[in-house]
Amino acid sequence: MLRFLVRRILGALVILLVISAVTFWLFYAIPRDPAMMSCGKNCTPDMLKQVRHNLGIDHPVPVQYWYWLKGIFVGRSYGDFGDCAAPCLGYSFANRQPVLGTILDRLPLTLSLAFGSAVVFIIFGVGAGMIAAVKQGKWQDKLASSGSLIASSLQIYFVGYIAMYFLVAKLGILDNPSYTPLTDNPAEWASGLLLPWLVLALIWTANYTRMSRSQLVETLSEDYVRTARAKGLSRRTVFFRFAWRGAMGPIVTIFGIDLATLIGGAIITESVFSLQGVGRLALDAVNKSDLPMVLGVTLLSAGAIVVFNIVVDAVYALIDPRIRLA
Amino acid sequence: MTSPTPSAATPLEVTDETVTKSTTSSGPKGSESRSPGRLAWKRFKRDKTGVISAYVVIFFFVIAIAAPLIAKLYGKNPYTTYASQDPSLLDAFAYPAGPNGGMSSQFWFGVEPQLGRDVFTFLLYAIRTSLGIAVATTILTVTLGVVVGITAGYLGGKTDYLVSRVIDILLSFPSTLFFIAFMPVVYGIFVAPDDNIPTWLRAVALIVVLTAFGWATIARLLRGQVLALREREFVEAAKVTGASPMRIVFKELLPNLWTPIIIQGTLLLPTLVTTEAGLSFLGVGIIDPTPDWGVMIARGSTFYSQDLTFMLFPGISMVLFVVAFNLLGDSVRDALDPKSKR
Repeated sequence: MLRFLVRRILGALVILLVISAVTFWLFYAIPRDPAMMSCGKNCTPDMLKQVRHNLGIDHPVPVQYWYWLKGIFVGRSYGDFGDCAAPCLGYSFANRQPVLGTILDRLPLTLSLAFGSAVVFIIFGVGAGMIAAVKQGKWQDKLASSGSLIASSLQIYFVGYIAMYFLVAKLGILDNPSYTPLTDNPAEWASGLLLPWLVLALIWTANYTRMSRSQLVETLSEDYVRTARAKGLSRRTVFFRFAWRGAMGPIVTIFGIDLATLIGGAIITESVFSLQGVGRLALDAVNKSDLPMVLGVTLLSAGAIVVFNIVVDAVYALIDPRIRLA
Repeated sequence: MTSPTPSAATPLEVTDETVTKSTTSSGPKGSESRSPGRLAWKRFKRDKTGVISAYVVIFFFVIAIAAPLIAKLYGKNPYTTYASQDPSLLDAFAYPAGPNGGMSSQFWFGVEPQLGRDVFTFLLYAIRTSLGIAVATTILTVTLGVVVGITAGYLGGKTDYLVSRVIDILLSFPSTLFFIAFMPVVYGIFVAPDDNIPTWLRAVALIVVLTAFGWATIARLLRGQVLALREREFVEAAKVTGASPMRIVFKELLPNLWTPIIIQGTLLLPTLVTTEAGLSFLGVGIIDPTPDWGVMIARGSTFYSQDLTFMLFPGISMVLFVVAFNLLGDSVRDALDPKSKR
């Protein structure tokens, strides 16, 4: 287990390094000068040069990348723009703030959105899939199958507005989506995010219904399940102790990756519901050509994906003892 | 996003069908030509859901291709702001004056709020743009994935190692974020920062970015398939008889790979349609005045609480297309690969 973790973490670091380098290099291809944007109007060539120096963009790209990497471990100074302490992911020219601080400000919203909807869609998705698998061929199965097929074809940028139109504007059952920190007022936190959770869950549930159904159908027909039944164990025990456990492995894998994707910024979701999370931060940063911010969010998203991949593999081994971490 | 889960709705019936089929047709008519393709076609034709959804999908492609013709017969175009010619179309708040978003015999799907364009032709051309981009991207992505996957799998060794690592890295990229982040990069290569970006370039940039981050899944899958096929006797035999690598790849391996390639293609296209629309919705893909599904939804979102009708047209037509295409994909999969239980 330890060897597995060490190897995977090293691999993850390499991937993050490559991703940051690629992003860095690709953005250099944009012929836009961040110094011009920081310097503003009435910018004399001397001032521009000074700004360039402060921002550290008067060096060649590999050197800039090296400084950026170094900044993560020892921090760096941006001259007049101020200092950026040790885990320094860079300094946003557009916001005039260190990147990490801004991301951490926005992160609670995105995490609430991700975990809240994940709880809903994993429970409903796996639940519906279980019912469909047990009632194979009956109406419950057909309902779950066709319902999930349609739901998986829905898009948040359509359903989100439809839901807001009916539930908020017409019927007034729910509030307009908003974010209150959980620590301030848990009730408002939940009621403000309820609509995004439900809409996200509606779309993502479908995948889990289909998957857990097909997984369960497969494991229910396996020999070890039949053996367990033949031994005289009750249906319930066989289902939960044997079949369910065998079927959940792949679900856990997909769940981990989906959760990582959501944490990395549900850009479209946040745009639809006008929530200022990490996803919106990324979109705004791209529109403003704010490279350090884009780089920071990219690294966070990629980091979430890589970390969750490792976690998922470890959890998979715990659920299914047949898997050995080699 | 990249892990499509084919529907498990009908596998049991399909297997039953093939069982009964193989027992009955091994009788007197054994001389009839039964190539795998013809068998798959026979299976497909018997699948009602598949045939109906095929018609729906064909309908969408026909109206996409014939959009200019239909618009000409209908006598309007998606760019003219009809409200400026006839102010009575919109009310004082610039919303359609008539009921149901201004639907009438003149404007079948109503009038767009604020600008007063014709919704029907706008939707026709939107379908045309979106499907065009999605089809082009699908073809490019699948081709690139197939070429890279087969090369890596067949050559093996260092090439395989290198390609596999590139695929690993590409699959850990956060996709939506990268699509958004790299659209400006592609524009930047072609246009000076302050110039207007022509529409064709936006379409090309979308295709490039979606392809660049999309081929890895298919390449990984095909690599695995080729690795398995490479060791089979018929490939050995071809090698022994002195066939060139080109011949082995095209004449021996490729015919065995058409099924996974077609399956991947049918899984990919609907996700590309929705991804493209999503990017255009965010304002980084195709932008207004060019008709596009995502552009229409983005327009609709600015006034959805006053006039929902406008948004229903792109939304419902897109859901319809995606559902039909997914069903079609399921049927094609069942027909081509009846043994697969998923």
